[in-house]
Amino acid sequence: MIRPEDLLAPGPDGLYCPLGGFHVDPIRPVERALITHGHADHARSGHGAVLATRETLAIMAVRYGEDFAGQQQVAVPGERMTIGDVTVSFHPAGHVLGSAQIAVEGKGCRIVVSGDYKRRRDPTCAPFEPVACDVFITEATFGLPVFRHPDDGEEIGKLLASLAAFPERAHLVGAYALGKAQRVIKRLREEGYDETIYIHGALERLCALYEAEGIDLGSLAPATLSSGKRGESAAFAGAVVVGPPSAFADRWARRFPDPVPCFASGWMMIRQRAKQRGVELPLIISDHCDWDELTATIAEIGPGEVWVTHGREEALVRWCELAGIRARPLHLVGYEDEGD
Amino acid sequence: MEAFAALLDRLILTPSRNAKLKLLTDYFRVTPDPDRGFALAALTGELDLPAVKPAMLRALVAERIDPVLFAYSYDYVGDLAETIALVWGVTASPAERAEPAPPSLSAIVETIAASSRSEGPRRVAGFLDALDATGRWALLKLVTGGLRIGVSARLTKQALADLGGHEVNAIEELWHGLRPPYLELFAWLDGKAEKPVSSARAPFRPVMLAQPLDEADLARITPQTYAAEWKWDGIRVQAVSDHGVRRLYTRTGEDIGDAFPDVLDGLDIDGAIDGELLVGRLEGEIINAGSFSELQQRLNRKSVSGKLVISHPAFIRAYDCLVDQGEDIRPLPFRTRRERLERLVATSLAKRIDLSPLIPYDGAEALMEKRSAPPAAIIEGLMLKRWDSVYEPGRPKGPWFKWKRDPYTVDAVLMYAQRGHGKRSSFYSDYTFGVWKSGAEGTELVPVGKAYFGFTDEELAEIDRFVRRNTTNRFGPVREVVHEADRGLVLEVAFEGLNRSTRHKSGVAMRFPRIARLRWDKPPREADRIETLEALLAEAD
Repeated sequence: MIRPEDLLAPGPDGLYCPLGGFHVDPIRPVERALITHGHADHARSGHGAVLATRETLAIMAVRYGEDFAGQQQVAVPGERMTIGDVTVSFHPAGHVLGSAQIAVEGKGCRIVVSGDYKRRRDPTCAPFEPVACDVFITEATFGLPVFRHPDDGEEIGKLLASLAAFPERAHLVGAYALGKAQRVIKRLREEGYDETIYIHGALERLCALYEAEGIDLGSLAPATLSSGKRGESAAFAGAVVVGPPSAFADRWARRFPDPVPCFASGWMMIRQRAKQRGVELPLIISDHCDWDELTATIAEIGPGEVWVTHGREEALVRWCELAGIRARPLHLVGYEDEGD
Repeated sequence: MEAFAALLDRLILTPSRNAKLKLLTDYFRVTPDPDRGFALAALTGELDLPAVKPAMLRALVAERIDPVLFAYSYDYVGDLAETIALVWGVTASPAERAEPAPPSLSAIVETIAASSRSEGPRRVAGFLDALDATGRWALLKLVTGGLRIGVSARLTKQALADLGGHEVNAIEELWHGLRPPYLELFAWLDGKAEKPVSSARAPFRPVMLAQPLDEADLARITPQTYAAEWKWDGIRVQAVSDHGVRRLYTRTGEDIGDAFPDVLDGLDIDGAIDGELLVGRLEGEIINAGSFSELQQRLNRKSVSGKLVISHPAFIRAYDCLVDQGEDIRPLPFRTRRERLERLVATSLAKRIDLSPLIPYDGAEALMEKRSAPPAAIIEGLMLKRWDSVYEPGRPKGPWFKWKRDPYTVDAVLMYAQRGHGKRSSFYSDYTFGVWKSGAEGTELVPVGKAYFGFTDEELAEIDRFVRRNTTNRFGPVREVVHEADRGLVLEVAFEGLNRSTRHKSGVAMRFPRIARLRWDKPPREADRIETLEALLAEAD
């Protein structure tokens, strides 16, 4: 078997496969890129050729325009493709719409790049599929034993309870524009909330894309004031307004009456983080694995070796050591902590 | 326990005072005895569970989780109680729990209070197993003491007052005679029993406060109707000595005696006096008051070292008498109380109490002159008290006036701005400002303070716009704002005094700074220099 490091290794632009001549989720424009999912730190524009799932390509087109790359090629989940001297295949990662793990196989070695992933049910994307491999590259965004995410139904319940308790206040839900926002909206619908939900402009095209993909988000309306008249903002009293977290610190947020700042994120597990951000209603809803899911996934897949990247690498590596699994941190630059 | 945990969880993330009061009042209304009483004790810092110490909790958690993983976690979270609560592990489902329901707050407090040092850890571990993550966090906050959730004892008492429809002073007056779980207090607040009778020795009596003097009221001020005194820049205290029990209270009824054992020792009178706590030195027969910075060395301490007691001795400058040898003289006029006070203080031999002198004057104009030129830096203005005023708790209009000297002002340059909280979360409303200082590398601005009020809503919007358009750097919620000789915003900052500070690069710390005016007209190069502030400091020494 080839040394795994010779099949896939971190370089200045990200993970690189010399036998296939491609990068996975490169942080700078490269000749040929395989993209796990549409979040901006993984999917960048300006590559020569991009291979990704149909949904991820559509998300990139929404974000960067139709000509975001020289060439686009659709990867069908589960289908094996040959690139240079290696075989690659895409498998659902359960992170956001279109998210995939990428398996790279060559000279007797298979490495799975999980990208970002989660194991919880998510009505807006296909569930994670474990893929047997020699090396499993896992994220570690929430790779500390303090992160044990509650069921998202409990969290949606907290939001509904607060809406009932404060019918005169707008509930501003900070949620990432791709994935989290649509999941929160969809979960609210599943729990029976059928009022119009107001969305920030940054969410409009992505929500439309999700709807086009068959995910019904119910009645949505832009969270804008048509005339800027005083009194009009009263329409938002008791409403749910979803927008990117950054917008809530912005002047945009001033139009809402006595708002309740909410934030849907795995970071909300830590009270001080919620407090620092001025969040009054933290909603612990994460599109990443929590600690138990990370460790259970590694145990389930049973790889010969684990490489740990972006997040709390050291703690997950330590857990692997205690469990007798070979592990090392993979220092990749350029990926952001969710919410930072 | 679940209700208490939910309360703490909400309180820590609620910035508004009124919303906090509502949460507290609602909790006290619906929670049964004795749970609410123990919650009250925890919120007011009256709960002491000596069987549990942080080191013990670390030992407990070490049995549950790899110490390296715990260290990474603690490092990340930064709060011991929260870290342990989160890593403790998955809660058993209700069906699998050893106990049928999570333990109540009172069951927890009573069990732990009755545990020996060796039993304590096992009991705590048992409770941790039975609670969810929020419950565990609340339990650990409770047993390690000091909730630090942004709720003061005073605010909690205000919530009690709201619950019963009483004045908060009525609660304060009773407080020191009550013990957890406060059954008789809640019975009274619920309207089911008479007001409890305080049996405690040396109780606190709600204080009388002064209204600021309106220039329009100046005509009322004549030597025949109003006595004049200096307004001392110390800490308002009530010192009580009652059949050998001695206590020192702040004006809100907090007992600070432990931090001032020297004052308690010197309280060799029988009665209750109202006065200013100052740091000072006996020189001959006279006590000379030190600066507020010297007093600050003795504040905010639970206890005090013998060294500090000697280097920074404290005393009381008395100005009123509430109880004279067992007799409540609050209904007597100020003139009579003053005579009684003078007699009472004269009996003290310990030289830790002196009298705040009365200032003779002819009329309002003479007072105005005195106010603008006080004989010591520790004086912050004048107090005017009607000779015939009874001692009345609260802030009645008319009997007492405070007439502070004008605040100091300085023209400083806005350097950094931080987003506010709550309603101000979309505004840059906390400002760090600096003055010019010459150094080895030329003249630069050094920060001298931070202010987040004093401006109108319109001015806030203007500054916010300026900050957003002139940002030169970002650090999380903080923006650095352009501050050059010709570009920047000059703020006129008003403040009450200056202290020396080793924590600030400028070496000064302002007291009560606020934005007095926006000086759009003034280029930053014309803002003040550090020498202006240093001269003020030298004056105060």
